[in-house]
Amino acid sequence: MNRAQKRRIGEYLIEKWFLFLATISIIVLALIVAFLFKEGIPIFKSVSVGDFLFGQLWYPTDEPADFGILPLIVGSLIVTAVSSMIAVPLGVLSAIYISEIARPSVKEILKPVVELLAALPSVVIGFFGMVVMAPFLQKVFDIPTGLNIVNASIMLAMMAVPTISSLTEDALHAVRRELREASLALGATQWETISRVVVPASLSGACTAVILGMSRAIGETMVVLMVAGGAAAIPESIFDSVRPMPASIAAEMGEAPFRSDHYYALFATGIVLFFMTLGFNLIADYISHKYKQVGTATL
Amino acid sequence: MSNKMKMATKNMTFHYGAFKALDDITLEFRENQVTALIGPSGCGKSTFLRSLNRMNDIIPAARVEGQVLLDGEDVYGPNVDVVEIRKRVGMVFQKPNPFPKTIFNDVAYGLRIKGIKNRGELQARVEASLKAAAIWDEVKDRLNESALSLSGGQQQRLCIARALAIEPEVVLMDEPASALDPIATQKIEELIRELKKSYTIIIVTHNMQQAARISNITAFFYMGRLIEVDKTETIFTKPSLKQTEDYITGRFG
Ligand SMILES: Nc1ncnc2c1ncn2[C@@H]1O[C@H](COP(=O)(O)OP(=O)(O)OP(=O)(O)O)[C@@H](O)[C@H]1O
Ligand SMILES: [Mg+2]
Repeated sequence: MNRAQKRRIGEYLIEKWFLFLATISIIVLALIVAFLFKEGIPIFKSVSVGDFLFGQLWYPTDEPADFGILPLIVGSLIVTAVSSMIAVPLGVLSAIYISEIARPSVKEILKPVVELLAALPSVVIGFFGMVVMAPFLQKVFDIPTGLNIVNASIMLAMMAVPTISSLTEDALHAVRRELREASLALGATQWETISRVVVPASLSGACTAVILGMSRAIGETMVVLMVAGGAAAIPESIFDSVRPMPASIAAEMGEAPFRSDHYYALFATGIVLFFMTLGFNLIADYISHKYKQVGTATL
Repeated sequence: MSNKMKMATKNMTFHYGAFKALDDITLEFRENQVTALIGPSGCGKSTFLRSLNRMNDIIPAARVEGQVLLDGEDVYGPNVDVVEIRKRVGMVFQKPNPFPKTIFNDVAYGLRIKGIKNRGELQARVEASLKAAAIWDEVKDRLNESALSLSGGQQQRLCIARALAIEPEVVLMDEPASALDPIATQKIEELIRELKKSYTIIIVTHNMQQAARISNITAFFYMGRLIEVDKTETIFTKPSLKQTEDYITGRFG
C-alpha cells in the first residue's frame, strides 16, 4: 500500500467518524423530543388543546382538576419581555462601550467582569434575588411580596446581559476596520461612525445575540422558581407574582403521580416551552441570514 | 510651479511607538496638480498619506512631529477640528471599501454627515459625483442595489465618487488602482486627469508608468526618507540621484 492510498483510507475513516458522532447527537436529540411528546400528548385525552393553552385556571391537584396553562404562558412571556427591556439596552450598550469606546486598559477589566457574570450559577443569582432584591423591592415599593415579576426580570436580565453583550461585541468586532476608516475619512465623528456604520453592519449578529439571550431567559428555571413568587394567575401589575412554565414544571414534577393527568400536563407544558424556544432560535437564524452582508470587495 | 501651494509638510517625523516610520519630510503640494508618491513597499508612503488627513490619529501609539499645513494652517494645531480636516482632505483607500448599504446611500453618506437632508439636493449631488467618478452610466439604473454587488473596479470608482461627493479640496489616493484590471485602471487614470482640474491630488502608486502618465510631480521615498522630488518628466528622464534612477528602472525593489 503506497502513501496516497494510506492517506485516502485515513481521510475516509476520519470523515466517517465525524459523521457517526454527528448522527449520535442528532439521534439523542430526536429521542428526547420523542419522549417529550409521548409523555405530554396523553393530556389531550382529558383536555382539549384550546382549553389547555387558553384555560385561565391551573389547579392540577384539585378534584376535578383544571389544566389551563395560560397563566403560566403569560408568566413566562411577561418576565421574558420585562427582562429583555432591561437586558437588551444594557447588553447592547455595554458591548458598544467595550468594543468601541473603552480604552484598552478599561476594556481588559470590563470584558472579563461581564463574562464572569455569565459564570454565576443561576441558583446563586436566585438566592441573591430572594435575600437581597426581594426585601429591597418590598420596602421601596411598599408591596406585600418582593418575589414578583420585577424581581424575576431583573435577575433574568443579569443572566442574559453577558450572553447579549459578548455576542454583540463579537458582531461589532467583526466589522472590518476598512469600514470604520471609510466613515472617518468622510468626516464622520466616532459616534456617527458607530451609530451609522458599525452598528448597522453588525445588526444581524446583534439581533441574534438578543434573541439567544432572550431564549435563555425564557427557558431559565432556577431563578424564576426562586424569585417569581409562584402564583399561577394572570398578573395585573408588574408587582404581581407569577409562575412561569419552567418553574411550574420544576416545582410540581416531584409531586405529580407517575403518568397521572398532572404528570402529562407538565410534559405538555414542556412541549409548549420547547416550541417557544425553538421559535426564538428559528427567528434568530432567519434574522442572521436575512441581514447577513455578503462578501467584501470582489475583485 | 506657479500654482498656489495647497498642502505642505515641514520637517515631519512620524513614529509608530518606538519605530520611526518617517524621518524629516518636507514636501509641498500645489493646487490642480497631481503628485505621485513612489518607493518600495514599507518605505512609509501610506503612513505619509494618512498623516495628511490625520487618519493615523486612530492608531494608539502613533506620534507626529513637525508640521502639516493646509492652506498655511497646521492640521495638527491645538484648535483644529479633525473632522473638519477630513472633510477638506478626502481619501480613497487601496482596497475598495464601500459601506454595506445601497449605492445611493453609500455616496450620500458623507453628505448626510454634513447635515444635508433635502432629498432633491442629495439626489443631485449623488448623481453629480457618480458622473464625476465616471460610473454613473453603469449604476444609474441600480442605485438601490447593494454597493457590494458591484465589481471591484466599480466599487473603487464608487469610493472615489463618495470621496468627491463632500467636495474636498485635496484628494488622497492610496494605490487606488492596484487591485484593478487594465481597463478599470485606465478609467481611473482618465478620471484622475479630469479631477486635477478642480482638486489637488496626491496619489501613491507602485506602477512607474502610471506615475509617469498621470502626475505632474513625483516624490521618491525610501526607508522613511524623502530621497528626491521633482517634475515627473525630470524624475523619469534624468533623476539627479542614482538611487532614484535605480528604483524607477527596476534595479532594486
Ligand atoms: N499601524 C502600524 N503600527 C506599527 N508599524 C506600522 C503600522 N503601519 C505601518 N507600519 C510600519 O511603517 C512602515 C511604513 O509602512 P507604510 O504602510 O507606510 O508603507 P508603504 O510605503 O505604504 O508600503 P506599501 O507600498 O507596501 O503599501 C513599515 O515598516 C510598516 O511596518
Ligand atoms: Mg501602503
